[in-house]
Amino acid sequence: MADFIMPSLGADMTEGILVAWQVEVGDQIKHGDIVAEVETAKGVFEVEAFSDGVIEQILVQPGSEAIPVGTVLATIVEEGGTIVSPTVVAERKQVSPAARRLAAENHIDLSQIEGTGSEGAVCLADIEGLIAATTATEVPARKQVETKTSVDFKDGMRQAISAAMSLSNREIPHYYLATDIDMSRSLSWLEEQNRQRSIRDRLLPVVLPLKAVALALRKVPELNAHWVDEQLQLKKEVHIGFAITLRGGGLITPALHKVDQLSLDQLMVALSDLISRTRSGKLRGLEMTDAGITVTNFGDLGVQTIFGVIYPPQVALVGLGKISEQPWAEQGGLSVRPVLTATLAADHRAGDGHQGGKFLDALNRILQEPEAL
Amino acid sequence: MEQQLRKMTYRDALNEGLREALQKDERVFLMGEDVGRYGGCFAVSKGLLDEFGPERIRDTPLSESAFTGAGIGAALGGMRPIVEIMTVNFSLLALDQIMNNAATYLHMSGGLFNVPLVIRMATGGGKQLAAQHSHSLEGWYAHIPGIKVLCPATLEDARGMLWSALLDPDPVLIFEPAVLYPMERTLAVDAGPVAIDKAKLHREGKDLSLISYGSCLHKCFDAAAILAEDGIEVDVIDLRTLRPLDTESFLTSVAKTHRALIVDEGWRSGSLAAEVSARIMEQAFYQLDAPVERICSAEVPMPYAKHMEEAALPQVASIVATARRMVHG
Repeated sequence: MADFIMPSLGADMTEGILVAWQVEVGDQIKHGDIVAEVETAKGVFEVEAFSDGVIEQILVQPGSEAIPVGTVLATIVEEGGTIVSPTVVAERKQVSPAARRLAAENHIDLSQIEGTGSEGAVCLADIEGLIAATTATEVPARKQVETKTSVDFKDGMRQAISAAMSLSNREIPHYYLATDIDMSRSLSWLEEQNRQRSIRDRLLPVVLPLKAVALALRKVPELNAHWVDEQLQLKKEVHIGFAITLRGGGLITPALHKVDQLSLDQLMVALSDLISRTRSGKLRGLEMTDAGITVTNFGDLGVQTIFGVIYPPQVALVGLGKISEQPWAEQGGLSVRPVLTATLAADHRAGDGHQGGKFLDALNRILQEPEAL
Repeated sequence: MEQQLRKMTYRDALNEGLREALQKDERVFLMGEDVGRYGGCFAVSKGLLDEFGPERIRDTPLSESAFTGAGIGAALGGMRPIVEIMTVNFSLLALDQIMNNAATYLHMSGGLFNVPLVIRMATGGGKQLAAQHSHSLEGWYAHIPGIKVLCPATLEDARGMLWSALLDPDPVLIFEPAVLYPMERTLAVDAGPVAIDKAKLHREGKDLSLISYGSCLHKCFDAAAILAEDGIEVDVIDLRTLRPLDTESFLTSVAKTHRALIVDEGWRSGSLAAEVSARIMEQAFYQLDAPVERICSAEVPMPYAKHMEEAALPQVASIVATARRMVHG
């Protein structure tokens, strides 16, 4: 039997709102099937199942209450397993109405509380005691949660970004490297490619460095990783988080999957799809968590150089600036070339500058041979 | 200036209220069984016959339905009659008059005829008067629209409710807990009429709301004092008016204490305590930190034997024990 829990869709997520179930008790599900929709400060996400089986019990009904990450939302039995009859559901915890309300107002998980009231019921004093204890020890964390009582999307997003970025700058010793890349070969190859395509099928310049990042990560896999419990966990697949600015304000970095295995056309399609789903709020939970690195592209805003903040638990962030014409000295001659300044912010706990240098060098070399992309 | 107090009994206070009403308004008269020459079977109207004469202090035959009906007629005719019924058990003989006539006339006459009648009667047990004289049926009467139901538990109310009831244009029933008649307390020299639409918070505490009325109120006072020694502080609310109930009073209290214990001498099933409890669930559910509890009389005809009657009635010990369990789990 497996539990389907409120997932953590990012290091900054402590709770989410169960918006809807996509399954019912008794439904057969496979790994990867959409089971539920969950709303976080960053929007509504479709959450997939991580195991095959049959939905045995649905324990939480959709609502507007924020549910802590890790709360069991449903149970799944293996196929062929017995489904417990719905009449044998767990006994409801005894909680006084006043205590239940106070707990809800303060986002307190009642399942963990030992009641001291009559018949072991959780009563007001139990919750008040817990609040007093929590307030004394972790004021900042509670404040953040308190303000998220309703789905105040913009504020919630700001706070989520605030929490993640504060964590990043507090805990990650960043190092920064930059390199200028001559894009003349890549761009003229791209121009040639696009000339043969209908306007609809044309490639945007950004797909070239994106694909190049994926290929460079094959050479330096240590940057495609998560830093968890003081350990580097390398990612098997190359999933790249791509920073997408939302029109209403805020930022989401959902993952493009297996970028190293996509053709440029496939990547272009995947990118358009990801951007439109991000902006319409139809991302999947997994896309929020499985990226091994993030790419930020501010070329369209005319930004030359990006000094990024790593999105934990990732260990690196690649910044792509504007491709602009620059004087370029080469082999004793001076010419004007389209130049891209690529930067790397990386976690010095997880690796050293040498790795970062190797990565940027690989990125540069790959972009000099665009036909191999 | 310090308030001047004097000692008297609950019975004296009622007598003073009657005397004041008879003095103030010539339309007021008292009638009932033995109210005149005998001075009232509980001696409430003692001395009034000498002072006001047989026209205004009228002895009646043992005919509850008839003299209650006569009271209704007099009220319709412009008088302000006070009808005394010996005990609530006997009032059932007059129930047809009270419910089908007094309570309905205003409605049946399309709003033309008010019935400004006051009916007083003794209620409750504790005096070893057995199963035909000892019940607490005021909760039944509180079920009936068209009348008001009062239950004075203090000297102030015994003294002051009657005049306010006489001023009311509609029938008012006043239930006097028989066990309180000899109760001696102090009353202000200048005590006068009191409001009859509000409950009274007699004692304040943060841990539990004791909601009661009538003779049980005094048991709640005793229980509250014992509980205070344990560090349990309780609100003690005297409902005073059983119909219409001052709901706000106990909801406000429950919002503070989050626990409610209702003490009612009526039988538990379908009791006034049940009504109070229901209103708390309906209107203050999320304030509750423990189930609302009730202490009522045992659902038996009131026994005669002293120890059995005591066992059947709510007692201080059971109030204290229940309150402790509710607060400490």
